[in-house]
Parts: sequence; structure tokens; C-alpha cells
Amino acid sequence: MELLYASCVGVLVTCGVFLLLRARTFPVVLGLTMISYAVNLFLFSSGRLTINKAVVLGTGADYADPLPQALVLTAIVIGFAMTAFVVILSIRGRADLGNDHVDGSLTRSKRKERK
Amino acid sequence: MIQHLASLPILLPMLAAIILLLPPCGKSLFARRLTSSLMAILTFAVTVLLLVQVKDNGIIVYAIGNWSAPFGIVLVADMLSTLLVTLTAFLGVGVALYGCAGDDEQGSFFHPLIHFLILGVNGAFLTGDLFNVFVFFEVLLIASYALLMHGGGKPKTRAALHYVILNLVGSSVFLIGLGILYGVLGTLNIADMANKVPLLTGDDVYLAKAGGLLLLVVFALKSALLPLHLWLPNAYASATPVVAALFAIMTKVGVYATLRVYTVIFGEQAGELEHMAQSWLWALAIATIVIGAIGVLAAQDLRKLTANLVLVSVGTLVALVALQNINATAALLYYLVHSTLVTAALFLLADLIAIQRGKAGDRLVGGRAVKQPFLLGACFIIAGLTVIGMPPFSGFVGKIWILKTTLNSEQALVFWPVYLIMSLALIVAISRAGTSLFWERKDKTGDGSDVANAHPLQVTVLVGLLVSSILLVVFGDVATQYALEAAAQLHDISGGINAVLKGGM
Repeated sequence: MELLYASCVGVLVTCGVFLLLRARTFPVVLGLTMISYAVNLFLFSSGRLTINKAVVLGTGADYADPLPQALVLTAIVIGFAMTAFVVILSIRGRADLGNDHVDGSLTRSKRKERK
Repeated sequence: MIQHLASLPILLPMLAAIILLLPPCGKSLFARRLTSSLMAILTFAVTVLLLVQVKDNGIIVYAIGNWSAPFGIVLVADMLSTLLVTLTAFLGVGVALYGCAGDDEQGSFFHPLIHFLILGVNGAFLTGDLFNVFVFFEVLLIASYALLMHGGGKPKTRAALHYVILNLVGSSVFLIGLGILYGVLGTLNIADMANKVPLLTGDDVYLAKAGGLLLLVVFALKSALLPLHLWLPNAYASATPVVAALFAIMTKVGVYATLRVYTVIFGEQAGELEHMAQSWLWALAIATIVIGAIGVLAAQDLRKLTANLVLVSVGTLVALVALQNINATAALLYYLVHSTLVTAALFLLADLIAIQRGKAGDRLVGGRAVKQPFLLGACFIIAGLTVIGMPPFSGFVGKIWILKTTLNSEQALVFWPVYLIMSLALIVAISRAGTSLFWERKDKTGDGSDVANAHPLQVTVLVGLLVSSILLVVFGDVATQYALEAAAQLHDISGGINAVLKGGM
């Protein structure tokens, strides 16, 4: 289970970083989302991966660590707000700057390509 | 009431921001301005009260919801954090008043947003829980994203895209670092972590080291340390100047977090991880000073020059963090207060100069004369001398103190030449800026009759910031004494741990 879980996190981060480096706002937003999924999974695992343990305190002697779940919840909420903001900002950037590059201007080779 | 005092610097700005969003204030500009200024002043008054309380009675630990540490979240008001909270609230009053002069009409929600920003900054300073530091970082960041866009325009959108995306990646790294540390230590309370780090054995040591260094990356991004500083000059120079003045405190949040984490958690008591980040911090800080000084020399306008001055001050502060002794931390505190006030003043001054010079703006080229040469000129000389560190202003005291602290350490061999050459670069750059802004007149046509004098509120805030920086010298004895006590309190790690873990109310 650990191997599967760790590779999931790893693949998500890899895809996220790749998309971030595309330097166009839409892939960047997708990349940020993937990285935040990976981070949430990772945070979740910081309480150790276990099976068949009680979720709520007091229902059994053997229980799962509740704190990482609270942390993940907070991280999800914050990540959601931030993603919403960056989507709006990207749309604004596309309107203001006339292209979707994160620097606000296309590089020379890209411009030639377009012509 | 008095036992809840430590929570008020967080609750009051939140209340202020919510009131400002509600109908009576949302509709009337006058009501909005009045409420915002009054609430900012009230927050400042409360923080001063807290400062006096903490100075007299020692650390105040406030357990939220009465859940004692390390299980609940605590607010820890020690001398260091209350000093910074007071500084933030003071800057908040200045920015709220300055905004009332007209800058708040350029976009919506200026006043609520500055209160949200103050809420985030105060929270990050006061909290005793590392995950809560993350939450308050996000609060202040989302307020700052919106404030950076205040006024709109291409340069702002471009700067905001970089700023927002970089910080989102930074937040992810922060969470990964926190996850590793929680997995290893089983706690995120700063005092409790400091307790548990020395007990680590085997592989856990390296995991904790990885987590701790990931945090270093995040704090370096927030405080704009060298390889991660590229967002700062553009963001600060393209933000509305009054917003940039408030941002002057934001890099200091990063410096504060670095100071707290690498002095308390990974400090001298940390066993195998003792002074883990010191060599990194030292090298990067020196490089930041150099890059900042080059940026100051190369700047084409006054706002960019000031933004690079922020970099120089960050470099200096982090170099002092790396030294990790009481004297250096005390010098850091003094210099931190001084540099925040003076860079804020310089951003506001750049705004006034830009308005009065018409088309030339704050670019360092000849243009028409400013309308109020004596007032703005005098302010520029005072601010310039302060930021360079010439006597008799606060920069001089800070600089002498910093040089004296480093004198007997082996690092002086690197630090002194870099620091003194940087000062020379600042003198050259700022005198050149002053010469071209005030004396070089190419455009004789405009007599300035088409621009209004600076609004009395703007002048009051600007003069207030400069006077407070002069007061740092006049009451230098009190200020240095306070800084020394605060530093001693921070470095008394076991005392701090005991206060937090056993003293929760």
C-alpha cells in the first residue's frame, strides 16, 4: 500500500511541476491543482497509513491519528480559495495582456512560430 | 477582558473588515473611511496595551477555546511578537489614513482588505503553532493578492501573476514541510517541537532536517531571499504606493518566521540538528545584500529603488538571524522596526513626488519641479539619510549596532566589506536620485499650477512615519533596552517552552 500511495503522490507532483513549467496560465492552474492534490495526499499520510482503525476517539482502543485529517481539511479549503483566485487572475491577465503567457508576453521564437 | 488581550490584535482587524463590508460602510465612502481609520487606531491602542502588559508581566500564553498546549492552538505574546504586532498596527493606521486621501477610490474594497492583511500579519506573529502560521500566511497572502491588483493596469496584472503563482507553489512546499515534521515529531506546536527535536534518533533526524530545510525554502520565498527574490522588485514597484508601504511589513513576516523556527526549534538546543540552517542563511543573506545594492544602483525610478532597498534590508536581517546570538537578535529587532518605517515612508514619498512631477513621474530623469519642493525635499533628505544610515537618524544607530555585533565574530571579514560597500552604493544611488528628482529641470513649461498640493492627511502620515523613526533615536535607550530584553527572552528557549506548555490559561 505504501508503494502505491507514494507513487501516486510522486506522479501527481511530477505532472504538476511539468505543467507549471509550461508557463501558460491554463496549464499552470492545472499544475497547481495537481500539486495541491499531491500535497493533500501527502499530509494525510503523515499520520501513518493504517487499515481498520477507528476514525472517532472513544469508539475503540485503536484509533487513527485525527490531526492530519483536520490539517488536510484546512489545506483543501485554502487551496480551493487560492485556485479560484488564480483562475480569475488568469482570465484577467488574458484580457489585460492579450496573451496567456505568465510573463505577459510571448518569447520571440513563439511569436515567429505564430506568424 | 484583560486575559483575552492577546487575541484582540487578531479579532479587531477581522471585526473591522467585516463591519467595512456591511451595508452602512459598503455604501458610504465617508463612513467607510471613518470606520477604517478608527478601527485601525483602536487596534494600535490595543497592541500598545498588550506591549506594556507583556513587558511588565512576561509572556502571555492564550489558549484558544481553553484547549491547553500542545493539544490546542495557543497564541504566544512574548516581547518579540508584540513588538512586531505593534509595528504592524502602527503601519496600518498610517496606511488607512493615507488611503483616505483618495487612493481608496481607485478600486473596491481597499479598506476591508488592509484590515484582512493586518489580521493575517498579526496572526502569523502571535501564533504558537506552526500550522497556524501557514493559515495566517494564506490569510495575509490572499489579502495581498487583491491589494496588489488595487487600481488595476497591465504592470500590476503582470506582477500579480508571478507573485500569486510563486506563492501558491510556496504554500504547497510549506505544507509538505509541515507534513514531514508532523510525521516525525507528532506535533506542530512550536514549543513542543523544540522539546522533541533533540530526542530524535536514526533516520528521523534526516527526515526532520529535510522538513526543516523545506520550510527554509518557503520562508526565503516570503522574505525574498536571494534565489527567490525575483518577484519582489516588480511587485512592490508596480503596486499602488500606499499598498507597497503596507507590504513593507510582509517580508518581515518571513524574516520573523525564519528567526522563530531556526532559533527555537532548530537552535542551540536541537541536538544533532543544532544550527541546521545557519550556513545557508548566512551565504544567501550576503548574496541578497549584494544583489539588492546592485538593484538600487540600477533602478530607473524611485519606487523600484525603494523595492531594492527592501531587498538590502532583508539581506541584513537574515544575516543577523544566521549569527544566532542575543546581541545580533537585538540589533535585528531595532533594524527591523527602523527599516519597515523608513521603506514605508519612502514608498509614500515616491507617490507624492510622482503626482507633483506630472509626466516624469518618479522616474529618475529631469522633469519639471515638484510643487512643494521644501516639504518633499526635506522629507526626502531625512528619509534618504535614515535609510543609508547617516547620523543622527535611526539607520545610523542600527548600522553601528550591527557592525559592533559582527566585529568579534569570524564572519566580520566577509560582512564588514560587503555591508560598508553596500552603504556606499546606497549613498551614490540616493544622492543621484535626489539630484535628478529635485534639481534637474528640463521641462520649464509646467509651473505646477495644474496639480494640487499634497493632501494634509498624506503629509501627516509621511511626517508621522519619519518622526517615529527619529523617535527611535531620541528614545534610543528605551528602544535598545527593549530589543535586548526581547532577544534574551527569545534565546531563553527552555523558559519559553515552559511558559507555553505549562502556562496556558
